Amino acid sequence: MPWVPRGLAEGIVTTRYPRRPDGYGDGFHGTIVASPAQPVDAAGSLPAEVGEAARACPTGAITLEPGRPRLDRGRCILCGRCTQLAPATFRFDPSFETATVLRRGLVVPPLDEDDAVLDAARAELRHRVRALRRSVHVRHVDAGSDGSEEWEVAALTNPVYDVHRLGVFFTASPKHADLLLVTGAGSAAMLPSLRHTYDVMPHPKAVIAAGVDAVSGGLVGSTYATRGGVGEVVPVDVVVPGSPPSPFGLLYAILLGIGLLGAPTKRREEGGAAHRPASAEDPPPEAGR
Amino acid sequence: MTGNPPFAVCPADDLASAVAGRVEKGARFCGLFARPDGSGLRLMAVVSCHGTLAAEEAILPPGQRRYRSLTPEIPAAGWYERELHDLFGIEPEGHPRLDPLVLPRGPGTEAPCPGSGRTVAPIEPDLRPLPAHVRGEGVFTIPYGPVRSGVFESVEYLVETTGEDIPHLRTRVFYKHRGLQARAVGLDTGDGALLAERMEGVASVAHAIAYATAVERVAGVAVPEAAQLVRVVHAELERIANHLDTMVRHTEGAGQAVAYACLSHHKERVQRLRAQLCGSRFGRGVVVPGGVAGPLRLDADRFRESLRTLAQAIDKDTRRLMGTPSFVDRLRGTGVLSHDDARRFAVVGPVGRASGLDEDVRLSRPYSAYGHLGHRPTAPVEGGDALARQTVRLAEIGGSFHLVRQAVDLLDGRSGPEVWRAPVEGASGPGLGWAETPQGETLVLVELVEGRLVRWHDRSAGFQNLAAFAAAFPKDILTDFAFIEASFGISVAGVAS
Ligand code: SF4
Repeated sequence: MPWVPRGLAEGIVTTRYPRRPDGYGDGFHGTIVASPAQPVDAAGSLPAEVGEAARACPTGAITLEPGRPRLDRGRCILCGRCTQLAPATFRFDPSFETATVLRRGLVVPPLDEDDAVLDAARAELRHRVRALRRSVHVRHVDAGSDGSEEWEVAALTNPVYDVHRLGVFFTASPKHADLLLVTGAGSAAMLPSLRHTYDVMPHPKAVIAAGVDAVSGGLVGSTYATRGGVGEVVPVDVVVPGSPPSPFGLLYAILLGIGLLGAPTKRREEGGAAHRPASAEDPPPEAGR
Repeated sequence: MTGNPPFAVCPADDLASAVAGRVEKGARFCGLFARPDGSGLRLMAVVSCHGTLAAEEAILPPGQRRYRSLTPEIPAAGWYERELHDLFGIEPEGHPRLDPLVLPRGPGTEAPCPGSGRTVAPIEPDLRPLPAHVRGEGVFTIPYGPVRSGVFESVEYLVETTGEDIPHLRTRVFYKHRGLQARAVGLDTGDGALLAERMEGVASVAHAIAYATAVERVAGVAVPEAAQLVRVVHAELERIANHLDTMVRHTEGAGQAVAYACLSHHKERVQRLRAQLCGSRFGRGVVVPGGVAGPLRLDADRFRESLRTLAQAIDKDTRRLMGTPSFVDRLRGTGVLSHDDARRFAVVGPVGRASGLDEDVRLSRPYSAYGHLGHRPTAPVEGGDALARQTVRLAEIGGSFHLVRQAVDLLDGRSGPEVWRAPVEGASGPGLGWAETPQGETLVLVELVEGRLVRWHDRSAGFQNLAAFAAAFPKDILTDFAFIEASFGISVAGVAS
């Protein structure tokens, strides 16, 4: 069979996300959800296992507060240790809609006072990028990634995600770019080029830090050669957790970056799954295959 | 040091002749490592010969920075000596060109010396351009990168040409240097595995295996059988995904839109299958020192069914692709790496196998369960061009499916409660580990003191191969660049680490 009929034979494999929820996620480690822990005394001390999980976390993503732990998704590399040590408190969740607009927004559960700040930041971003909503050009720059992030970004053009259907295109020229998508822990030698790319992009523009390495340095952190993420060099608008972030997580972040999402959200109970799709509704033909 | 090669110690200036002697007798140069020892430095050259590793060690006493360079006799050592110069400040005398490789420090900036116990302040890289290699009238330099024109890892290629002679290609990888060798110091063995996964993220599983086998050798433990089989399953799916990735890049470069769609869809299916087995699309968290985190999370029958449909679909579409003349013509004769050059630079993996070198460490130095699974070597291919590299990878995809099926059947046939890991805690000493990543052999040196890393150096296949990259550019440098680059299948993250 030559290529053209072969292409037609495949049928529809493309997700309908975001118009419809996508059922992909069966057992997928999208994010960590931290539930409130039953305090063991009147002072609100947490069970010993929660403290153990916090100490075992390789990136120091867990902090203990009276009555409940807080988890910084901007650091979490999804190693799963906390879920093994304190399964009553930490669990994996398939949700991928975890990107948000401010670094502090990745710390879950959010504090009451954070909600107003996040809503304001979302509104500002929507206002700034309101001219972009038709067709969007994305410039990717690797600032010291481990290489897996590039695979997930490139996956957005495979037929399953097919971002072209949403009017999203990758561009080689920063002068035609609206969104700057940055991966990597901020390797010092890449930072001047990264900044230059940002500077020559026309206004309006927005910056996405994709993956915990770009957000905080991730497991690499700050060495003599990295600067703990890219936030000091370019003004980051959208932060995406994950090590690496999944293609759906990136897609969600891009939609957030161009202001298609981000109406004020309801207060999240468990910290995160606010946009969690009702997964059974419209499974794609290839879900999980 | 169970299973470690015998370390022969010689004076530093004799290292070059000692290693050259072994290479002359047919050994393959596999790497040059350094580990701080008191305030001095031990240099360790590793060679592989008939399925065993041997190491020559030399001691640079405190204060001594110079030694006789290995590179004039062993070109494959060139990049290692540049890296050691950057990271440890030592001077190989007689090195043909000691340009910075991973860390352009600039005058007066001290080397970080990972493992020496020194804390290092942030280093500002010296990004001033270097003088051109090509000399003469009217030399001009065409830079590609470090920001690439698509979704690729950052790297800079400098093409130096006078417009007439054969151009000279320089590859600058330091843009992505992350100081991982320094980052590793002080980690416990479990955290070390997480870092190993992020050294070359597209080959997380294989790097974690190489690291874990090094730790297991230091600890003197045997990995439970079932865990070894689980490692093989994840490592071979990783290989399939990587080989598909190079093909996806080729179809993109050739403007084969339908083939691109089909093959990138298959790659996505492999990534999803991997996530079904462990939660991560990159097999992260599977390998732990001593074994694996747990069993495959997919029922054997469903897994076999997924493998069957996937293998069939990939086979059909890759056959169709290799029968598409407009595609094959772009690869044929492109980026020829001669057998001699491949040997000179001790090239590993599918790139080496496409230039007539046959080493595959799954066969020559079996680890995990490879020693007792039926595994036919891929027939060596001659030609050394992008097409040959593609042919090798296609054959390997078939071999990987075969290995996964065997491992699944063996796991399925076992009964009773399984032990998934052996304890490795508290071990001390140096050790070497290796694995055949999708890109070729990776070699890892670890040194532990009471279960904590004092030294970790993971040498990726790409590090070994990228030095030979320039040799594959005889002419047509500008038109075929993207194809040649993709056909080498190198991840810069692992080279610059
Ligand atoms: S899963 Fe995340 S929060 Fe939990 S231990 Fe690992 S890095 Fe820390």
